[in-house]
Amino acid sequence: MADAAGTPEAAAPVLVIAGLRHDYGSAAVLRDFSFSAACGQHSLLLGPSGSGKTTLINLIAGLLAVRHGSIRIAGELMAGTPAARDDLRRRRIGIIFQTLRLVEALSVTANLRLAQKLAGRAPDEAEIARLLDEVGLAHRAGARPRALSQGEAQRAAVARALVGRPDLLIADEPTSALDDANAERIARLLVGTADAHGSTLLIATHDARLKAHIPHALVLTPIAAEAA
Amino acid sequence: MLGLAIAYLRDRALTTFLNVLLLALAVATLAILLLFSSQIGTRFERDAAGVELVVGAKGSPLQLILSSLYQIDAPTGNIPLASLAFLRSNRAVAQAIPLALGDQFQGFRIVGTEPAYADLYGAEFAEGRMFADAQEAVIGAEVARATGMGLGQRFVGSHGLSAGETEHDHAPFMAVGILQPTGTVIDRLVLVDVPSIWDAHGIHYGEEAAGEEHARHDEHESHQEHAGEAGMTPEITAVLVKYRSAFGAVSVPGMINRQTDMQAAVPAVETARLLGLLGAGVEGARIFAWLLAATGGLSIFVALLQAANAREGELALLRVMGATRAQLFGTIVMEALLIAVVGCALGLLLGHGALALAMGASDTLREVGISAWLLHPGELAIVAAVLGIALSAALIPALRVVRTDLAVTLARTR
Repeated sequence: MADAAGTPEAAAPVLVIAGLRHDYGSAAVLRDFSFSAACGQHSLLLGPSGSGKTTLINLIAGLLAVRHGSIRIAGELMAGTPAARDDLRRRRIGIIFQTLRLVEALSVTANLRLAQKLAGRAPDEAEIARLLDEVGLAHRAGARPRALSQGEAQRAAVARALVGRPDLLIADEPTSALDDANAERIARLLVGTADAHGSTLLIATHDARLKAHIPHALVLTPIAAEAA
Repeated sequence: MLGLAIAYLRDRALTTFLNVLLLALAVATLAILLLFSSQIGTRFERDAAGVELVVGAKGSPLQLILSSLYQIDAPTGNIPLASLAFLRSNRAVAQAIPLALGDQFQGFRIVGTEPAYADLYGAEFAEGRMFADAQEAVIGAEVARATGMGLGQRFVGSHGLSAGETEHDHAPFMAVGILQPTGTVIDRLVLVDVPSIWDAHGIHYGEEAAGEEHARHDEHESHQEHAGEAGMTPEITAVLVKYRSAFGAVSVPGMINRQTDMQAAVPAVETARLLGLLGAGVEGARIFAWLLAATGGLSIFVALLQAANAREGELALLRVMGATRAQLFGTIVMEALLIAVVGCALGLLLGHGALALAMGASDTLREVGISAWLLHPGELAIVAAVLGIALSAALIPALRVVRTDLAVTLARTR
């Protein structure tokens, strides 16, 4: 069901998925799924709605429990109690959702500061300033999220996901709601910042425009379609 | 997460302000009621000073007690000077202290009496001495503080019990003593001897009448000359009585009420009746105030529930980013507690401030002698109860946030 196109030269794997299966009741969503992403590798997770992209991301992030198969993040098994999975996610993974969910009551800087703290990092104002500069938001550091444009908010969310220095950066449909110009800007930003921070990047999307920026793609298809 | 809780409160400042205001009003009302009801009871007890019976003109016994013992209401009338000798001749009476009321100085009552009246309250002199002559006055501590009166200063009393009435220019007083604060009614009084009150009102009294009070007023003919209101005889307003034995409580009130034109009122009975009447009003107001506090709690509950719904997605994302359930629970609870803490602080300030303002604006309240800025231990209980209400209001929204299924929430809101 998964198809890897153009696997790059393997380095130390940050994400290893082996024999993963997930069902909702009698409906199978993922079956015998395996995948490995090396440190600094960028991958697309392509597929239409219902193909299991969201389920796979939730399993990788530990929001759903793995029942069959295994997922390792930087060598650590994503398993056990929700608290154990939360801890691994906190230390290793940064996530950007399509709906950005910046904390509306806090400024952009305060959002990053909070993310840094929640990731267990020591307060580092210089790093926050550098990140904001990298994503071109230094001039909006004190702005509240509701005062930002969609593009600015998206860049703020990228900066927030990176401030915890994750080994694995996951983005879920980051460009679906954007026009071509903005989609390209965000794609360049994600790739550029992930490269700059040495993070492994996994983008789940049905937006084929991203293939131009990240050639390595996994294509998921719905189980029923696959069976047919 | 305290910073996040404060940020959330600031983000919806108007709602926060209204919730704080609701709680503050409730706390202020409760504090005022507490201060009023507790201090008035203590005050009445202290001001009664062991007086077992008050004898005065017929009328309302409560009014007689209020006017003669607590110096609040208008007197029921006057009684003949002879009634003092009549009471003193009763073997059941250990002490009978006359009171002559009717004048004031800058809103403070001038009381014609005997030195034994000051002894009732254990009053000691800060400066000077007891009055020993006509037109000499002893000033209560609060009067001295409020008017700036000093020893040797002359002043003129005004007719009536409230400020601004006709002045008795012909009979000025001189301050010869200033009392130390006692925390009783005497702090707010100007004490003079009884004949000085007669002088001020131009009432003729002979050697006999003066001798009834003090045999020392021979030299006051001059005061009496320009008074001269024909037909007015020396009278007093009331007599404070202490019994020689418990038998007095059985025999004296009944004898006075049945056999004379006077009435005898028992302070303990009338004070209990008054506190009972006040208590009913206070209880009603207290119930209203607690309802106000409950409304404040409900308002916090609604605000937090709405906020929790609105922030469901971002709080879920904070969990994804590493916030623990306890941290998010604490953030919601902290929001409620911050509102409650600020509401309590503001409420106590409002309560005490409003009482102080009311004391300044109302003669009656000032005469009752409530200390507006005195803290009562019960205020801690009010604060604890309001914090409890806020905590209860936060529980459901906080539990709702921590029970959020992250995968479902993020999928739904994505």
